[in-house]
Amino acid sequence: MKYWIGAALLFIAALAAALSPVNEYFFYAGYVVLTFVVLSTAWNILGGYAGYVNFGTGAFFGLGSYSAVVLFKALSAPLAVQIVAAAAVGAALGFGVGIMTLRLRGIFFAIATVAILFIMETLMVNWRYVGGATGLQLLRPDVMAPFSSYTRMLFVVMALLAVVAVSVARYVQVSWIGRGLRAIRDSEEAAESSGVPTLRLKVFACTISGALMGAAGAPMPMYLSFIEPASTFSLNWGVSALAMPMIGGTAHWIGPVLGALLLGSIQQIVTVTISNEINVLVVGVLLVLFVVLAPDGIVGLFKKWVRYFR
Amino acid sequence: MGSLLQVNNVSKHFGGFTALAGVSLEITQGERFGLIGPNGSGKTTLINCIAGSLRNDAGSIRFQNAEISRLPAYKRTRLGIARSFQIPRPFHSMSVLENLLVPLQYVAHGKEEEVFAILKKIGLADKADALSSQLSQVELRKLELARAMAARPRLLISDEAMAGLSGAEVDEVLKILFDLNAEGITIIMIEHIMHAVMRFSQRVVCLDAGKIICEGTPASIVQNADVQRAYLGA
Repeated sequence: MKYWIGAALLFIAALAAALSPVNEYFFYAGYVVLTFVVLSTAWNILGGYAGYVNFGTGAFFGLGSYSAVVLFKALSAPLAVQIVAAAAVGAALGFGVGIMTLRLRGIFFAIATVAILFIMETLMVNWRYVGGATGLQLLRPDVMAPFSSYTRMLFVVMALLAVVAVSVARYVQVSWIGRGLRAIRDSEEAAESSGVPTLRLKVFACTISGALMGAAGAPMPMYLSFIEPASTFSLNWGVSALAMPMIGGTAHWIGPVLGALLLGSIQQIVTVTISNEINVLVVGVLLVLFVVLAPDGIVGLFKKWVRYFR
Repeated sequence: MGSLLQVNNVSKHFGGFTALAGVSLEITQGERFGLIGPNGSGKTTLINCIAGSLRNDAGSIRFQNAEISRLPAYKRTRLGIARSFQIPRPFHSMSVLENLLVPLQYVAHGKEEEVFAILKKIGLADKADALSSQLSQVELRKLELARAMAARPRLLISDEAMAGLSGAEVDEVLKILFDLNAEGITIIMIEHIMHAVMRFSQRVVCLDAGKIICEGTPASIVQNADVQRAYLGA
């Protein structure tokens, strides 16, 4: 109950900010940070809970973006439809990746997800309808009331997606599914012989994770008024979606949220004040520091700190 | 007593290597059954085929008169076949209690009190909240058995639950297994510690190079020339 009140208050705060006269740049940057909240939360369902490291976040995200573009171009579908469709496509890809875990574990699974990223990018580069390698300029539709700009509206949409993603991740964590996924991470064979239907749970986790990543990608083309394959299927999405939960802590749903808010904000600040290239460096340095000094992330540090002072 | 498990002509190959070559055996309800054999003779492969971690290439495995050799492992656990692992595989990020909650939740659908009763019986009650990665070797063995018990099995397969334990610890684990058997659970024991398996088992089968070379009471097994050759290489 406390969780739902907190989530509702945060969403209302985001909505109120979007309707207030706060500087437009805040929403421009905030949208990206919220996208990272969704992506890292989605990544954590598979990577954190079940221990299957996915480097292909960009594949799901990009496929979501391109699904939205296709629907927009072909049918002028409204944003809500684009998001739902992108989630469905992401879920389908996730289902396929889930079946893959039958044969591939550990590092081999991670490599396969990188391959999927490149396959998706190559497909889109060679598809004329969505602009091929040069990309596609998109004309935003009129903004809906009560919002004064399209960016503000997208910010609220992404805030809603973030609430949905975190709620799903939280449900998975505290339910019987979460315990089964943790058992899989610790020992897949022991989990199976303790009655856990490992394949079914892994496919479930992949599908949910993929759906959320796809949904996160859907509003991106409208946000940029543009789409092109190289940046849409960038490996950076996957690296950030992995680094953020690691920094925040993978065992608890709040971990990826904290990691995304912290790292996402730092990235935005660094991009503006120093340079766009440095922000990739920041991710790398922070990830190394946390993996070495605080392998359980911010959540782990906090727990240690509480135990120490009690 | 009726038949619980029938293994019929089961074979398993890994590439060109034959791990099991037509093994057949039958285990009756409530039996204490010992499985021995030198290293690499196929003991663990056989119980992996029974428990479902591996699929047998040929032959049939029937449990309570139903064919199970194509079922995934988790379904066999739900039917009543539980196992411990030779090298303990605890869920290391969980407490001892949580380790047992996994099968309780996924198989037995029971209440938490049941888990406490099992821990008490096995002698891990004071460790319920300890992280399983901090347990000693004998505690890990007990955890393996406790976790198997939480699935409320009819057949418990104990894969070298005593390897590497001291004499007193072996007696402790042996007593646990005797008690479980007294409650009506059929037990297959794989063991290298001869005095333990001989004391425990009502019937013993000896495997060598994927074949059963001898079957009988513990007393007759130790007298058997083939068994002596397999073990001593004489």
